[in-house]
Amino acid sequence: MTRLTVNGRVRVFRGHPFTRLVDVLREGFGLTGTKEGCGEGECGACTVLVDGQPVMSCLVPVCQVEGRRVETIESLGGLERLDPLQKALLEEGGAQCGICTPGMVMTAHAWVRRGGSSRPAAIREALAGNLCRCTGYQHIVDAVARVVRERDRRRGDAKRPSRATSRTARRTGRHR
Amino acid sequence: MKKKRSGVLRPEGPDKLRGLARYVDDLPFPGGLHGATLRSTVPRGRIRAIRFDPDFPWDECVTATAADIPGQNCVALIEEDQPLLADGEVRHAMEPIVLVAHAERHRVYEALGHIHVEYEPLEPVLSMEDALEAKVPVRAPDNVIKRISIDKGDVDGALAGADVVVEGEYRVPHQEQAYIENQGMTARFEEDGTLLVEGSLQCPYYVQKALVRAFALPKEKVRVVQATTGGGFGGKEEYPSMVAGHAALLARKAGRPVKIVYDRTEDMVATTKRHPARVRHRTGLTREGKLVAQDIDVLMDGGAYATLSPVVLSRGALHATGPYECPNVRVRACMVATNTPPNGAFRGFGAPQTLFAAELHWERIAGALKKDALRLRRLNLVREGSETATGQVLHESVGARDVLEAVVRRGRYSEKKREYARWNRSRRHPSWRGIGVSVCHHGAGFTGSGEAFLASRVALALTRKGEIRVLTSSTEIGQGTIAAFTGLAARTLGVPEEWVTIERADTGLVPDSGPTVASRTCMIVGGLVERAAQRLRERILESTGRMPSTRAEMVREARRLCGREPALRVEEQYTHPPEIRWDEETYRGDAYPVYGYGATVVDLEVDRTTFEVRVRRLTTAVDVGRALSPRLVEGQVMGGVTQALGYALLENADYHDGVMQNPQLTNYLIPTALDTPPLDVMIVQRPYSRGPLGAKGVGELPMDIPAPAVAAAVHDATGLLLTELPILPERILEAFSSDPAHRQR
Amino acid sequence: MRGAPETMRVLRPRSPAEAVRLYGRHPEALPLAGGTDVMVSWNAGLLNRRTVLDLSPLREWSRIRRTRAGLVVGALATHARIRDDARVRAAFPLLAEAASVIGAAAIQNRGTLGGNIANASPAGDSFPPLAVYEAVVHTISPDGERRSRFLNVFEGPKATALRPAELIAAVELPFLPKRPTRQIFRKIGTRAAQALSKTVAAGLLWLDGKGRVEELRFALGAMAPTVRRLRTAEAFLAGQRLTPATVDRAVELLGEDVAPIDDVRSTGAYRLAVSRALLGGFLRG
Repeated sequence: MTRLTVNGRVRVFRGHPFTRLVDVLREGFGLTGTKEGCGEGECGACTVLVDGQPVMSCLVPVCQVEGRRVETIESLGGLERLDPLQKALLEEGGAQCGICTPGMVMTAHAWVRRGGSSRPAAIREALAGNLCRCTGYQHIVDAVARVVRERDRRRGDAKRPSRATSRTARRTGRHR
Repeated sequence: MKKKRSGVLRPEGPDKLRGLARYVDDLPFPGGLHGATLRSTVPRGRIRAIRFDPDFPWDECVTATAADIPGQNCVALIEEDQPLLADGEVRHAMEPIVLVAHAERHRVYEALGHIHVEYEPLEPVLSMEDALEAKVPVRAPDNVIKRISIDKGDVDGALAGADVVVEGEYRVPHQEQAYIENQGMTARFEEDGTLLVEGSLQCPYYVQKALVRAFALPKEKVRVVQATTGGGFGGKEEYPSMVAGHAALLARKAGRPVKIVYDRTEDMVATTKRHPARVRHRTGLTREGKLVAQDIDVLMDGGAYATLSPVVLSRGALHATGPYECPNVRVRACMVATNTPPNGAFRGFGAPQTLFAAELHWERIAGALKKDALRLRRLNLVREGSETATGQVLHESVGARDVLEAVVRRGRYSEKKREYARWNRSRRHPSWRGIGVSVCHHGAGFTGSGEAFLASRVALALTRKGEIRVLTSSTEIGQGTIAAFTGLAARTLGVPEEWVTIERADTGLVPDSGPTVASRTCMIVGGLVERAAQRLRERILESTGRMPSTRAEMVREARRLCGREPALRVEEQYTHPPEIRWDEETYRGDAYPVYGYGATVVDLEVDRTTFEVRVRRLTTAVDVGRALSPRLVEGQVMGGVTQALGYALLENADYHDGVMQNPQLTNYLIPTALDTPPLDVMIVQRPYSRGPLGAKGVGELPMDIPAPAVAAAVHDATGLLLTELPILPERILEAFSSDPAHRQR
Repeated sequence: MRGAPETMRVLRPRSPAEAVRLYGRHPEALPLAGGTDVMVSWNAGLLNRRTVLDLSPLREWSRIRRTRAGLVVGALATHARIRDDARVRAAFPLLAEAASVIGAAAIQNRGTLGGNIANASPAGDSFPPLAVYEAVVHTISPDGERRSRFLNVFEGPKATALRPAELIAAVELPFLPKRPTRQIFRKIGTRAAQALSKTVAAGLLWLDGKGRVEELRFALGAMAPTVRRLRTAEAFLAGQRLTPATVDRAVELLGEDVAPIDDVRSTGAYRLAVSRALLGGFLRG
């Protein structure tokens, strides 16, 4: 028996503790919004947030998230309402076939929430673990940048540098 | 020309963004079994015996072999050479032999490990050159699946008289579609004996045709429904018929629903890929650079069965010249069979292979003539009134020059070429920089008389609730069919988009509008939607005098119009314009109703230490006639060029003994957000008179263009002409090492 | 997905002591940290019917501690934690940089330093930095605690010198005696992100006041069955000035310590040429 919080609700999974989180969510709790694309931690379609951080749920046995806070795509927006990120992705054309979309949205959601920057290069780096074969990423990057800018405007701190620094920036400073 | 985001938002978008869209593996599946496939481990051999471990509890499982197939053991497509399950002989590794189903997903894989197939190995043919030599016959009579010849003028005479003759050979490898949703299908038999399959697919009526044959059922007893589909790119054109047949066979034996969903490795190792090809050019030109003769030899590897290879070859051959006018052309194209998993449809469908050669060949020609490749293209590019290799006169909507000039300007091609020449002279810079251009055409719709044979149908229904339903078998696989048809129907009818619903692709509900392939959805099926909408509008206007402007008014009118029927239905069928003529025997005439055009400028750098290539910017222009929704067109173009960048630089399907050695996304690398440069897309509109609102096809065009521009840019940067894809750093190093005369590091 | 949960036995110790005890009783168990390698194999059906020792509850082992002599990175510290830790970034920047290029963010949030070492991939991205920082690996087993020099932990591809029922508890990074004159970390992947390495390099160089090499430490990954220090080149350069001739010689000597092979990710020739160019570029400054 494994107890965890999923989208704000305490849930109990009665199956085997080595069941993968992706299967617990999809088959155990009927939350089929989380997708499985490769089963090797490579495509990012199964990305969910654990304690606010993106992880690939195909690589997590449920026993490892006992007592943790899990967020899935179903936590965003509502039946009739889209979250600002979902809305921006719809309007910018960031979702095509849609199979990578839930994982992409969760990665981007974590980025926006923890203060990620609106610089395209930084966003690209943040999304680099989520493969998309349809869009060429441009519209996705545009949508995320737009939401970050909206966030910064709301907070009135558009001039303040973002907290999460870009690893690209750090890497380009490397010695050659 | 404009770059503006407008057009219909995807009606299905919100569900996808909320995770509510149901893909095949998300469908409720009570009481169902999970199916899996035992595949051959040798590239060619006779099956001596199939043994089931006696200790394994087989009573928990359902198994099926070729002997269980009630109808004909084939996946019916163009030919009927491919068995649904191998019987007696295997012709490629990873060929399906036995199916197993079990209530527990992982138990089914365990069961596979307890089945043993004994083979008598036969000598395989693994390369296209060996196949062509035909020392080992693997397909009667000469290992050739299809040959195509295109002849125009007197090539030998023209070559003899040419000022310059330039030769070159180019090679392209397999490419995996790498849709993020793997293949998957569910099947069950309903009480009245109807076989119902639902899954991830592009062409419901192809699946129906295959199942009718394999299960010896009448058409009405086979219903095929598309679930939300997570990408296709051609990879879900023919292979879903195989998966559906397997699931159905197990369901029939089990008397229960069966689901087969491939995992990534199985999908990559077993399903179809883009055809590898070798293309040779011998080109005669005047001293000024005007084409006088193109002699082109195309060889493609079809794999073990015909699948769609004959038509892939056809499209490859028809695009082999590039978008240029030349008085004397000879194309000899040949598709051979090898003992490797069959290749099949993938966005571009033969054209990216031959266009890579045609476009990169200009770099060689430019070198031989000491002239700029861009100027040479301008001299030879097709225009309105040009005659193609098949004798087709291009009457209208020829945007070749527009797209080329657009990218050259926006991509600052000439300035950068000069700038980079200076940059590359300094050894202090950590990279070499280069810029490359390419331009291409892509025939919209089926080749030749294909559309006439298909005779596609579309229906529109006005329901009693005042709702307009569009009934087509064209599938939404990410490209925006739903949005495009919604917009088209609403605009033509003069009603709000919210009143229009696109019926799901279900052979029980929608007529056969042909497959969702060949960039035909918008132009051909969209054209039928437009015509049906016009007729429905006329019917409504006849009765009401004007189009209802409120929903309440529409419901009132709809009730009146429907009378006792649940809906007022109008149907349209494709009629082939009589002036579009094609001779399949001689390959003369109008190969396609019209062509889309695209051009791209690739700006990149090559690291001087590691030879890694980084694309800095990619500028593309497409002529799609008229963009029904610029946002959707932009999305298609960006996705297509990114797949092409993968083709050019990363995607390296590694085959040994007829098996892909890297069937994981860890080892077969597709571009991430960091590998993809900022993409700049321009839409050029040269309307086509027969397209809906002037639209031509768009889906495949962007896949055709970037690879040769990448190779040209690498050439510009390093002085090395790499004629084989992908252009890996290892290959650049190798080229440097084997050619010490080149620029020293 | 070919892993079968109900064939698995999961041991979940609540403390390091319990972990050691349990492992001692079940030496056949497979220790599980962040799961970024183990779960890939499990998904492929290669690890069914195994006993798993889940180390994730051991919070004590995920900390990064500072001692007088250096930093002690708990075996369960994630790549993300190492990447973001200010102390690591200040004193051991090459390790922080390596942590930032392992997989993508979602992998860095799960993968751990100890797991990485135990997995013993020849291409482990954190290994060349650990090799040049001369890390010490703390292990613990029912027989007691042990300290090993980092390079001695590896025996071959996917093979460590860990004894039965021995767990990696922490990795100790001794502070450098003084700031290096030059340093380098470079990963050559197969694409820009989320890629396994074709070759990965880390280097530290100290020059004395007269421009002579006081010390060079240079390590390469994916160039041999295990990560390698370039001992021959390092020894040759000690006390030498970096002239075109000595640099060329050092670059030549690189071949004494590595022997890269052709595999699905690259070729031996490419790996050799690129790592030579990296070393040469680093030495030339």
